[in-house]
Amino acid sequence: MKTLSKTGWLTFAVMLALAILPPVFFLTGNAFYLDLATRLVILGIAAVGLNLILGYGGLVSFGHAAFIGLGAYAVGIPSYHATWGGFDMVASYNGLFHIALAVGISALFALVTGAISLRTKGVYFIMITMAFGQMAFFLFQSLNVYNGDDGLTIDVRSELPFINLDKPLHLYLLSYVSLVVAMIVVKTIVNSRFGMVIKGAKGNNERMITLGYNTYIYRLTAYVISGAMCGYAGFLLGNFTTFISPDMMHWTRSGELMFMIILGGVSTVLGPVLGSSTFILLEEVLSSLTIYWHLPFGLMLIILVLFIRGGLMGLLIRKGR
Amino acid sequence: MTAMIEIRNLNKSFGGVTATDNVNLTVTKGELHAIIGPNGAGKSTLIAQLSGSLRPDSGTVIFKGRDITTKPAYTRARLGMTRSFQITSLVMEMSVLDNVALAVQARQGHSFRFLKPARNVSSIREDAMKMVRKLGLRKRADDPISALSHGEHRQMEIAIALASGAEMMLLDEPMAGLGPEESKLLIDFLLDLKGEKTILLIEHDMDAVFALADRISVLVYGKIIATGTPDEIRNNADVRHAYLGEE
Repeated sequence: MKTLSKTGWLTFAVMLALAILPPVFFLTGNAFYLDLATRLVILGIAAVGLNLILGYGGLVSFGHAAFIGLGAYAVGIPSYHATWGGFDMVASYNGLFHIALAVGISALFALVTGAISLRTKGVYFIMITMAFGQMAFFLFQSLNVYNGDDGLTIDVRSELPFINLDKPLHLYLLSYVSLVVAMIVVKTIVNSRFGMVIKGAKGNNERMITLGYNTYIYRLTAYVISGAMCGYAGFLLGNFTTFISPDMMHWTRSGELMFMIILGGVSTVLGPVLGSSTFILLEEVLSSLTIYWHLPFGLMLIILVLFIRGGLMGLLIRKGR
Repeated sequence: MTAMIEIRNLNKSFGGVTATDNVNLTVTKGELHAIIGPNGAGKSTLIAQLSGSLRPDSGTVIFKGRDITTKPAYTRARLGMTRSFQITSLVMEMSVLDNVALAVQARQGHSFRFLKPARNVSSIREDAMKMVRKLGLRKRADDPISALSHGEHRQMEIAIALASGAEMMLLDEPMAGLGPEESKLLIDFLLDLKGEKTILLIEHDMDAVFALADRISVLVYGKIIATGTPDEIRNNADVRHAYLGEE
């Protein structure tokens, strides 16, 4: 049997801990920790998805929160109409329909915005993706049907076969399995021939074009996959918080997502998960200590990023060598 | 003799500067054609228009009988034309083998293949390894490109062009920055390719040019002032005056 690499062991350990600890906390009466874990796992999925283009593709998208928001509204809007009537076309509690809608809409949004954004480079790409994200934010802010700025409460969660999302443990396990699948998907993609093109274009786009690769099409495909993954994370997040608002799409949310990746380690499969875990846990611990928690939080993050090259992944892998 | 590439009445100017001035040139199949000229003569601009990274103001480029004047760079590459860069242009963070493998992979058509790990595709790996061995870099196959020397980078530039399977190679100053011994190695490498590939070579190293070229064109201020065999060029009065005479 092939032995696992150091990264392999670390991934295995972290994922094992995530599989066992939160359910154990829940079953021993500490429901709060399961809540926390659900949030970091769901954001982990989004971060893993964003990392496909940010880390491996070298395309800094500053608008990925929009996809999460779209995914959440793909639960909220159908559920709202199923309860209160109107808009029969989408009115439904069917979770599979919600997933299809969340993934479909975010993929479509990624296709359209990506097709335009990917014509630009560098800072312009960052700015235009952020602009598209803000467009989605303001669109939902202006939709009075869904309470605009005030947000929408999801009264009935998505209904799935065999899984009851009203049960925290079910929701957690679904999120956990989804995260594992997302990590496998990204790992497979980046090692494939398609992934080689994406990584090559990150290192030297002009060279790749000279070799005969229409890198634009490859990048657009990766952008759509990445957006769809964040849309799916949004589906879970909507069901988790049961309250959605345009705030989920705000550019600061996109920034947090990017930060998680950089904190954990770009271009690694586990990095975004470590990043989202650290981010959420730090936020939780600090905010319980002081109401002025933003300052120490920010300082800690800056120190982490400044002094650990390669993020937490870099730190952990190097240290054990 | 069939033409590989035909350049007809090509013009390109930047503001008031004419970089390409009504250039007409035909490179036949299997020929090694060198373009020489003083700095700023428009050699790199010409290559850029042939490879597709610059659009000419007017004129036509015909490659293997097809008008490719408006075709994007990746289409030209797929038709069988590739270039090397004056300033080394490789994927620095990837390994030597992966860089070559990307070129081999490009030859195999589209890369919308998501499942199988690229490193397990034996047709790509074997071809890439063969090329790496030919370069004498077998022991360094897994090193990142950034760990290689400048001379090795220059070799890699050509190896990648070669691995992409292109019939026509546009080489933009492949000897730039090489010492005499490294130059000699590269000249030998290119001599091996003669006849097999069609090569358009831009080079300042006159020893290399005269050792390698079947024909030479002299470019001055965007204009071709002479085309001929190395001997003809050496004895051409205009060329001596405009270019060689300065030395």
